[in-house]
Amino acid sequence: MSVSTRNLPPQFEIVDRPLDTQMTISMGPQHPSTHGVLRLELVLDGEMVVKATPDIGYLHTGMEKLFEYKKYQQGIVITDRMDYLNPLGNNLAYVMAVEKLLGLEIPERAQTIRVLMCEMQRIASHLVWLGTHALDIGAMSVFFYCFREREKILNMIEAASGGRLTPSYFRIGGLMMDLPAGFERKVQQLIESFPAALDDFHTLLTGNKIFQKRTQGVGYISAEDAIDWGLSGPSLRGSGVNLDIRRTNPYTSYEQYDFEVPVEHDCDVWARYMVRMREMPESLKIVRQAVSRLKPGPTKADAPKVVLPEREAMKTHMDALIHHFLIVAEGFNVPKGEVYHAIEGSKGELGIYVKSDGGPKPSRVHVRGPSFVNLSALPHIAEGEMIADVVAIIGSIDIVLGEIDR
Amino acid sequence: MAKVNEGAQSSDVKGTDAQGRGVQNGAPTMGAPSAQNASAQGTPSHDIDRGSLMLAAVRTHQLDWATDVIEAFGEVTIIIPRDRVVEACRFLKTAPGLEFNFLSDICGADRGPEEEPRFEVNYHLFSTTKHHRLRLKVLLNEEDTHVPTVTGVWRTANWHERETFDMFGVIFDGHPDLRRILLPEEWQGHALRKDFPLRGYEPYSLT
Repeated sequence: MSVSTRNLPPQFEIVDRPLDTQMTISMGPQHPSTHGVLRLELVLDGEMVVKATPDIGYLHTGMEKLFEYKKYQQGIVITDRMDYLNPLGNNLAYVMAVEKLLGLEIPERAQTIRVLMCEMQRIASHLVWLGTHALDIGAMSVFFYCFREREKILNMIEAASGGRLTPSYFRIGGLMMDLPAGFERKVQQLIESFPAALDDFHTLLTGNKIFQKRTQGVGYISAEDAIDWGLSGPSLRGSGVNLDIRRTNPYTSYEQYDFEVPVEHDCDVWARYMVRMREMPESLKIVRQAVSRLKPGPTKADAPKVVLPEREAMKTHMDALIHHFLIVAEGFNVPKGEVYHAIEGSKGELGIYVKSDGGPKPSRVHVRGPSFVNLSALPHIAEGEMIADVVAIIGSIDIVLGEIDR
Repeated sequence: MAKVNEGAQSSDVKGTDAQGRGVQNGAPTMGAPSAQNASAQGTPSHDIDRGSLMLAAVRTHQLDWATDVIEAFGEVTIIIPRDRVVEACRFLKTAPGLEFNFLSDICGADRGPEEEPRFEVNYHLFSTTKHHRLRLKVLLNEEDTHVPTVTGVWRTANWHERETFDMFGVIFDGHPDLRRILLPEEWQGHALRKDFPLRGYEPYSLT
């Protein structure tokens, strides 16, 4: 089959220079180590990367456009599909932005459950990162152990919300519903079993000479460059910048929890690996505190015009029925204004900008995806490295294409 | 106005200094935040304190490029003319007491084809040392959607500006590599404009 190069956009132009030592290759979008549909155009000199140009958009689904055509409460299900490894974090960022516009007070129990679920989700997200990162570098067995542990967390998320990858568990004004009976016991089991699993991961990777050689001193980015490139989350903390939004700008009662923010100063793939590995026990610490804080109480805000009424109330109270009908059929009006709410997602600063013009649908929703920004720094990190290390670097910045392309 | 003053007084010497100077030099626009919905209930109180402190710090520096300062929902927005974006960003990045060294996000917004000015470009700044946030807003007319790039101030602006160009057709003058980022190169129109239909003009095909 012959391909006409005449109509191709300029970045596909085939430059035929046989005497050059440089070679351009296209890595992705089907390459297994690009974590989805990322295409990298790599200019190589021997095995060294001279220039790396990410090409994204293969998974673009127009989510930001879709938000404008959906009511506020319908937007929650769109957020699930952005960073599909951290859907509860996306839910939280979006829901909190809208709540900020509405000025809602969230009951204590709902806030505690939000923290509990988000931290479990963070562990699950880090487990996928760990499994795939190790798989990319060549350690296959870690992947299976990680997914075994992640399965336990996904089962719990499913028990609470009904969905494994797309829970939509946080709603504007609180939660979809309260935790199921026996959930605390399940969390206790996780708290008891997870440290042993984490030890397994450390045994498999941290002490592994091959893994160390593949990651130490690879993919250097200094603290100044990391801030300049907008890196956030574990990727930034791996460059020695102590910045965690849960600590610096606490939301959902994070200020009441006792946890450490792991920071590594090596600025390489290894440092970013260590930050995430050290974050998992910290998240578990928060989970433990959150479970002990759970006290009976309402899980939805007292705002009948925004929060759907209980099923039982609808059967006995006329006003509850009317409110239910109005919320479902027409939605609720959100005061005119704009907010930007950022949370610490599992990959970094996840910010949602919501602009309202007073109606039941947002005028504009923008997502500041941490993966998007972290990936934009990839050329800076990868240029000058070996081509085999590009795979390690992509793994270390932990990208999810669903969020990059939106 | 009253709310902002409270914040300034509750802060330290800097706050009163800010107020005093603000009155002395008579910068009328700076002292009058628009009477937007300023209800900030539901926002954590420390966020508001930090916002007020930051606003006081903004006032100590005579920001002659600030057309308007709005405080709403516990967030501060400064509206700036577009030809002074780079100057404003450079200043805010290093100004003592502000230190907005981290560019969180740039996003465009379309107010609708009948509005004038039609487009907004929002810059969300963050400080990794002071931990406060600020939004800069540039308003653009439909006929002339040019803004100077801030890639010279923060390199992370590169992809944000490409996305804004892709979705709204805002042209960032001086950008090193301004081309579409999410949509295909040969795409017609700018998808997030309000007059662009949800399902596009015609089915997209690669052939």
